[in-house]
Amino acid sequence: MQAKAGVPSKRVLKRVLRIAADVFQVPESSLSAGSTPDTVESWDSLHHLELVLALEQEFGIQISPEEIEQLLSIELTAALMEEKSPVCGVPDAD
Amino acid sequence: MYTPKQLRAEIEELLRLEQWSDAHVYLGDLWRREGKASTAGFISSCYRGLRDHLYMKKYRVSFLRSMTIEPLIPMLTSAGLVAGIDLIARVGQFNAHAQEILDPESSLYSFNPDLVFLAVQTRDILPGIWENYTDLSHEEIQTTVDRMLNEFSTWIHTFRHRSNACLVIHTLEKPMASAGILESQQSEGQMAAIDRFNADLRKICKQYRGVYTLDYDALIARHGRMRWHDEGKWLTQRMPFATDSLLPMASEWLKFIHPLSGMTCKVLAVDLDNTLWGGVLGEDGRAGLQIGPEYPGAFYRSLQRVILDLYHRGILIAACSKNNHDEAIDALQNKIGMLLSPDHFASFRINWRDKVENLREIAAELNVGTDSIAFLDDNPVERDRVRTGMPEVKVIALPDHPQGFAAALRDCPFFERLALSTEDREHTRLYHEQHQRAELSRNVGSLEDFYRSLDQEITIAPVTPQTIARLAHLTQKTNQFNVTTRRHSEQEIEEFASRPDWGVYSVRVKDRFGDNGIVGALITRRDSSICEIETFLLSCRVIGRTIETAMLRFLVENNRAAGVESLQGWFVPTEKNIPVRELYSSHHFESIATRGSSTLWRLNLAEAEISQPEWIRLCDASESRSAEQARA
Repeated sequence: MQAKAGVPSKRVLKRVLRIAADVFQVPESSLSAGSTPDTVESWDSLHHLELVLALEQEFGIQISPEEIEQLLSIELTAALMEEKSPVCGVPDAD
Repeated sequence: MYTPKQLRAEIEELLRLEQWSDAHVYLGDLWRREGKASTAGFISSCYRGLRDHLYMKKYRVSFLRSMTIEPLIPMLTSAGLVAGIDLIARVGQFNAHAQEILDPESSLYSFNPDLVFLAVQTRDILPGIWENYTDLSHEEIQTTVDRMLNEFSTWIHTFRHRSNACLVIHTLEKPMASAGILESQQSEGQMAAIDRFNADLRKICKQYRGVYTLDYDALIARHGRMRWHDEGKWLTQRMPFATDSLLPMASEWLKFIHPLSGMTCKVLAVDLDNTLWGGVLGEDGRAGLQIGPEYPGAFYRSLQRVILDLYHRGILIAACSKNNHDEAIDALQNKIGMLLSPDHFASFRINWRDKVENLREIAAELNVGTDSIAFLDDNPVERDRVRTGMPEVKVIALPDHPQGFAAALRDCPFFERLALSTEDREHTRLYHEQHQRAELSRNVGSLEDFYRSLDQEITIAPVTPQTIARLAHLTQKTNQFNVTTRRHSEQEIEEFASRPDWGVYSVRVKDRFGDNGIVGALITRRDSSICEIETFLLSCRVIGRTIETAMLRFLVENNRAAGVESLQGWFVPTEKNIPVRELYSSHHFESIATRGSSTLWRLNLAEAEISQPEWIRLCDASESRSAEQARA
């Protein structure tokens, strides 16, 4: 079922959590939809850029400078992925 | 075939079971399947627990940069980790490359790097030529280029005198032509100005040891100029790379790290059926094999071309194939369209035995460690067998279709070289002669008769600019006959040679089968009445021929004449230097001290007697040098 804009589906949220855990090098269990740069110690500006690049690679999209500034939590990030990515609704290839 | 998700689960399980080397192999698979930023984070996390359980080469890399490169660093270190290189990377201050080089107190130098990248781009270095080219007069352009070359020259010169690290400089990339199609109608334009800068920069780099250029423009061209940059990220984050450029950039850096850190292979072991040619010899016969300039034989011919290029780079080629030996040799020899012939191979293991066993024999025959072998085989089952049976062998990942074989081999960083010595180029010939020598040692009777029959002539000469690279190479590569196993860069060798109390010598050996080239090195340090042997090594090609005795005698005579009272040297045991364990004791040195497992041996020169082996002629260094000059 397609999620409404602004509310990410569970599947997309799960993918974003996995990517963020990789990039910030923390256990996935330590992150949640509510995680923000303030609650994750390694989420600094350089890791933010790294997260953006990782998302672009994983979802096959390009994130604009304006959008980069909006990615202020895991939930907002997942919502943007939901909106932008044409393949989000499709189950993972694996 | 595992999916990336399954691979991750498998890796986590292997780490939990403490199966370290299997986890390492699977991490390599994961990286090749999915070389992305997030994968890099996962891989770095895994190696945090894994690196202490594996033999990893530690290597310190520092970046001087005019742009944001931080997101590339985890990708570079991951690519390094799965290749067995544990990189410690430091990124300098943003756009402070000049200050860091010029300030002797900067953290660039205190980090003590092995290698430094100067990662700059045209828009930072020559902004006028990048951006406002059409506003500038011809003179202004030439002056701008000259002024910048001068600055680079100062940076390189200063760096070289302050650090022994290697330096790799990005050359400048070309912009989209400001003059449109008019650009290529002109002989002196924007592109020509950048070409001139790059050509002159290369010339400057050539004047220094250990300074190299990375052809950044060629890298961009290879991957697509239109897609390389991301203007949005450049303008907001000062990061010029598009996401698809991250992996190619990190891989290009790694290509330099491989040869500079010594993570290279000396031997390529290749399968035959469906790898070197299409078809199965045993079933299709020689006539049925696909090889030649047309489809589908052309795919295999392209691969043979790459192998031939590696052969000319000094890589030894070995055949490791399940076939009937004579039939396979006949196909290599006589099949029309084949680029490789039996002469290009240094070793053959064409039989029906296990490939792991065959690779071990190839390593023994060619006198290399099994970790110096790369293995090329189209069959995933054989690749898997070798990867698990011999994790130290570099198994080249091949795509399913032969169309991609040549590119896969060409991109393999284990064969990258930054310099070619004559020895490298003549490697296979040297090994053929070695083969004949081994035959001879089977035919002749006593050991002394064998030594005499070799008709050896050795030349011990002070290091010259022409031999520095070879001596550095020997210190980096020699594991067996090496008393201290100290690795030295070209810059260090050059620096030792410039110190008044140090002696740096090359040892060249000729015998009745030919010239072995420079196969030994001696480095000594005099401290008042004592001369200490810092490095004493011989290539495994010439072990067991009493050359070490002639070298020790040279040191004894030379130092005695200079008024030195004693000669001493540490023996530092390693897993591999067993052949040199008895060197000092068998030449009547006395053990006078120990430190850890190392022992210090001393010889009193007043009483010492080391006689020249009668079967070795010692050649005067000055004579052979003038002969060399005459040849040049």
